Amino acid sequence: MTVQTADALVGVDVDLVELEGRALAVREHVLALGATPIGTHVGGSLSAADILVALYFDVLRVRPDEPRWSGRDHFLLSKGHAGAALYATLAERGFLPTAELAGYGRPGSRLMAHPTLAVPGVEFATGSLGHGLSLGVGLALAARRALRPNRVYVLLGDGELQEGSVWEAAMSAAHFGLDNLTAVVDRNRLQINGSTEDRMALEPLTDKWRAFGWNASTVDGHDFAELVPALRSAPGSGRPTVLIADTVKGRGVRHLEHRKQGHFAKLSQAAYERALAALRAAA
Amino acid sequence: MSGPAVAAAPASDRAAYRETLLELARADSRIWCVDSDTGGLEKLFETELPDQYVDLGIAEANLMSVGAALASTGVLPFVNTMAAFASARALEQVKVDIAYHSLPVRIVATHSGFSAAHLGPTHHAQQDLAAMRALPGMTVMTPADAAETARMVRAAAYLPGPVYIRIGRAETDPVYSGEAEFTVGRAVELRSGGDVTIVAAGSYPVLFAVEAAERLAALGIGATVLNMHTIKPLDVPALVRAAATTAGIVTVEDHSVLGGLGGAVAEATAAHYPTRVLRVGAADAFCSRPGSHREQLKAAGVSPEHVVAAARAVVRGRSELDVHA
Repeated sequence: MTVQTADALVGVDVDLVELEGRALAVREHVLALGATPIGTHVGGSLSAADILVALYFDVLRVRPDEPRWSGRDHFLLSKGHAGAALYATLAERGFLPTAELAGYGRPGSRLMAHPTLAVPGVEFATGSLGHGLSLGVGLALAARRALRPNRVYVLLGDGELQEGSVWEAAMSAAHFGLDNLTAVVDRNRLQINGSTEDRMALEPLTDKWRAFGWNASTVDGHDFAELVPALRSAPGSGRPTVLIADTVKGRGVRHLEHRKQGHFAKLSQAAYERALAALRAAA
Repeated sequence: MSGPAVAAAPASDRAAYRETLLELARADSRIWCVDSDTGGLEKLFETELPDQYVDLGIAEANLMSVGAALASTGVLPFVNTMAAFASARALEQVKVDIAYHSLPVRIVATHSGFSAAHLGPTHHAQQDLAAMRALPGMTVMTPADAAETARMVRAAAYLPGPVYIRIGRAETDPVYSGEAEFTVGRAVELRSGGDVTIVAAGSYPVLFAVEAAERLAALGIGATVLNMHTIKPLDVPALVRAAATTAGIVTVEDHSVLGGLGGAVAEATAAHYPTRVLRVGAADAFCSRPGSHREQLKAAGVSPEHVVAAARAVVRGRSELDVHA
């Protein structure tokens, strides 16, 4: 972590070394899952890894040994195809044994490509895009009506914002003044067919969210010094918050970065080793 | 066994449902009314029980997912929209967020079958039973009249998993003259006769079945009439009894002949007690011109006359088989 980013941390106790270490571990797990027979969504898992680590190792009030603890903060991985990153993060956080990751996609395992309720810590099965924010609205609304302090975080893919139901949910969250709801957009700018802006443009993205009544800001999705304070802050302004997290698809493995081909990969042993070496060299 | 009422006035399933929901919600704060601009529920709930009412506007996908999330926190949500939108527009949210998680969301869908009548095919629901009963764990029901709607809604309120209830729009004649038994998954025998069994679901279909049974009686044909208000789980024992004791089964529904009540009955009898099943239901086509609910049904192939013809064909089929035996 560089000195320049330290300003954002004044008065904020963030263990950057811990978070960087966890993020590296999560990315290593993701590459290992990419090397299994079913492969995985490597690119979008690597872009989301730091956001997940910031949430699970700093922001979320959760109890790994009691995943359904009533006082927990809720997390919803709306971009369910990043299940590998979620499993890796949950394993690092103690929700499931890291050894279990080796069974990913194999008969008898609980770990399917997209998250299911069988996995401790998963709130809702996701993968069909455009559902997570609506689920978040329901959870946040229930907490609000019951005067419970639970906060709700939803991680959306940027391509996912092309689903109309996201905007139904966005409209309703603002309408109900759900300031206990925070959405994070993993803005890696790539979808399967290419650039989001070439395929189905999303910009001006923060303006869209603001027009829907949200607090919207951008943040470097790979800089914990920015991410953590932004995720922690509870605006209490009667509005939901969205963070547009600028990220890099394939982040951490130089030859996979910014490449749409890295969206989904079955890594051969050689490709896995090459990716792992690149990841560790850059860390 | 209850006869058709002469005293009771026609009433709508919708009005009975709303009254019952309000009564349930008054008694249990976990019961919420989750609305999608359907018109009427807000008047009932916003003044008296505002904390148990949410209107999500015209956004059926969001409606289903929000309902699922509420249910995951211990709320017992009744989500409200039209059958066409619940079962087609928002089907994925029903599948993934409600059914896949086995959440106790009660989807109450109005404008069932052709009851949207003049509103046209965009608002007709001829496929909803097929869609909903294919979802694992979904209970699927449709009442025969307003009184049964109230009984059904009360019975559904505390079922553990997801429930789909399809109800009509306008007033229909009562089928029951007074209180009657209601058990989820158990058909109600409205008439008994030894020659043929008519299995019906929904208001007009049940009324048509009863009327057809009377006409058949005048022809010397005894018909048993079952009100199969629960499409899933289906009352298989009642169907096996029908198959064993009568010449065959005629199904009647305000739904496509494909995949609804008729499909369910045919599947069950094929597996458990093969018998002839003739399905009276909507032809595999969209409606082509305006008309009342009853006129739409008739044009699609659903009327007392169609039921009589089918029942006679079933009985004739048996006598022909007897001749050849």
